[in-house]
Amino acid sequence: MSWVLISLLFWAAAWALNIWLVRHRADRAMTRVLVPVIFGLSVLVLWEGLVKGLGVSPIILPAPSAVLARFLSSTETLWIDFVQTALKGAVSGYLIGAGAAFAAAIAIDRSPFLKRGLLPIGNFVAALPIVGTAPILVGWFGFDWQSKAAVVVVMVFFPILVNTVQGLSETDRMQRDLMHTYGATYMQNLVKLRLPAAMPFIFNGLKIATTLALIGAIVAEYFGSPTRGMGFRISTEVGRLGIDMVWAEITVAAIVGSTFYGLVALAEKWVTFWHPSQRG
Amino acid sequence: MFRNLAPVLTVLAVLVVIWYGAAIVMNAPWAQDRAAKQGKTLGFSELVANTMSQERPRLPPPHQVGQELWKTTVEKKVTSKRSLVFHGWITLSATFWGFLLGTTLGLLMAVGIVYFRTLEMSLMPWAIVSQTIPIVALAPMIIVLLAALGIEERGVAKAIISAYLCYFPVLVGMVKGLRSPAAMQLDLLKTYSASGFEIFWKLRLPSSVPYLFTSLKVGIAAALVGTIVGELPTGAIRGLGARILIGDQFGNPIMIWSALFAAAILAGALVTIVGLLQKLALRKMGMAE
Repeated sequence: MSWVLISLLFWAAAWALNIWLVRHRADRAMTRVLVPVIFGLSVLVLWEGLVKGLGVSPIILPAPSAVLARFLSSTETLWIDFVQTALKGAVSGYLIGAGAAFAAAIAIDRSPFLKRGLLPIGNFVAALPIVGTAPILVGWFGFDWQSKAAVVVVMVFFPILVNTVQGLSETDRMQRDLMHTYGATYMQNLVKLRLPAAMPFIFNGLKIATTLALIGAIVAEYFGSPTRGMGFRISTEVGRLGIDMVWAEITVAAIVGSTFYGLVALAEKWVTFWHPSQRG
Repeated sequence: MFRNLAPVLTVLAVLVVIWYGAAIVMNAPWAQDRAAKQGKTLGFSELVANTMSQERPRLPPPHQVGQELWKTTVEKKVTSKRSLVFHGWITLSATFWGFLLGTTLGLLMAVGIVYFRTLEMSLMPWAIVSQTIPIVALAPMIIVLLAALGIEERGVAKAIISAYLCYFPVLVGMVKGLRSPAAMQLDLLKTYSASGFEIFWKLRLPSSVPYLFTSLKVGIAAALVGTIVGELPTGAIRGLGARILIGDQFGNPIMIWSALFAAAILAGALVTIVGLLQKLALRKMGMAE
């Protein structure tokens, strides 16, 4: 019981500290980082305390410390799974899908007719549960990472396409007229005016697609994969009741997902430094 | 609205033509293989006819999917285990509960975040992180946890997964919406000496309605995706996701494709309904564009 009490007290103390930080140190840059970190830590301590204090079976919910121990003792397996799912499946699919969507958007953009026809359809398809195509694509491309990359390509294609097409029409009349008076060619217009103006939208699509890429790569593994990969490991370990291993994989997935998103967000900051949302 | 009709239909027609072409190309090897085993060679028209009517095609042509959809929705009794209406209903009800749960959660968090700065700074970064974690990794865990708590009903697990995907757009939209009143409007209510609750109820909440509906449209589509994702890796036996799973296990691509299209139709219908509600509500509130 003392575990429960101590962890609850810790959580309350952390919350009080956060309130104090926000009230009195809100102007410091450190506070912005410190507050969520303290909150996250306190939740972990609460989790640990509740699991230990209430004697929750590790088959149901392992304590964070047990997950950490499992994580550290099986880094080799986790690394192999990471390479298989995240690097080979998700990232390669993401690059192919984003490239294809970008090229398609530039092509569509030249024809207003196509644009009006494809945009509603693309918007619709982007809202569909495309993960459902995973078994079909696994059947077509085999069990290895190629089929996972294919699922990812299909999943990321439409959000990026729709956002890019929309972004390309974001220039206003005055800007286009100015380029016209300069006698700019189509290419100059595209590279110097319309692509930069489209960048905030393109990055919006790219950011949405990072999460979709990981989801696609993991789900596709449930439908058949070689004996490695995050989705494969999760489904087999659930069957063997190795729940601490499942949580270790979830931790990897969380780190990979956040890092991937963070990298794209960083690239966005670097490319669209001029945009109001990136200033101040 | 009708301005786009002709282009959309043209693009759809082109897509169908591409689909037929791909079906011929992808199904042809199997047909030729079988003909070769019987010592025959297929002429082009025979080949095309064969690729259009295989029982287990690699890519079923549109009319086969259409026939299957018709057979499993209109011709089957809705209580039948083979009826897509039955499976669609299972998915729809889980989606509905997930949507309700996710929207409520998103709304409550948004109100908390707008009113308590500590909550905003503690929660908001984690809410963003929560969306970068692939939920499918968590799905099997949620089912194990619920089973351990004595909840065997699969619908609950699916609803939680779908709520996880759907709360975020509502949260983000509502935070924006609740903060949308201008300083001048807030000042006006102060001069009326309105209480905090009155400011919330009479100014912040009404001005957030357009934002709310926009995020609800994203949210309901996300909730449906969540439900189907929740059905896929968990060995569900009922629901559209389960149909996809079973079609895969029995090597029946037509079944997979018809379930996919049923899911697409369901998604379209849900988004349209929320869109209509949006129009109605905004018109009643005098906010229609």
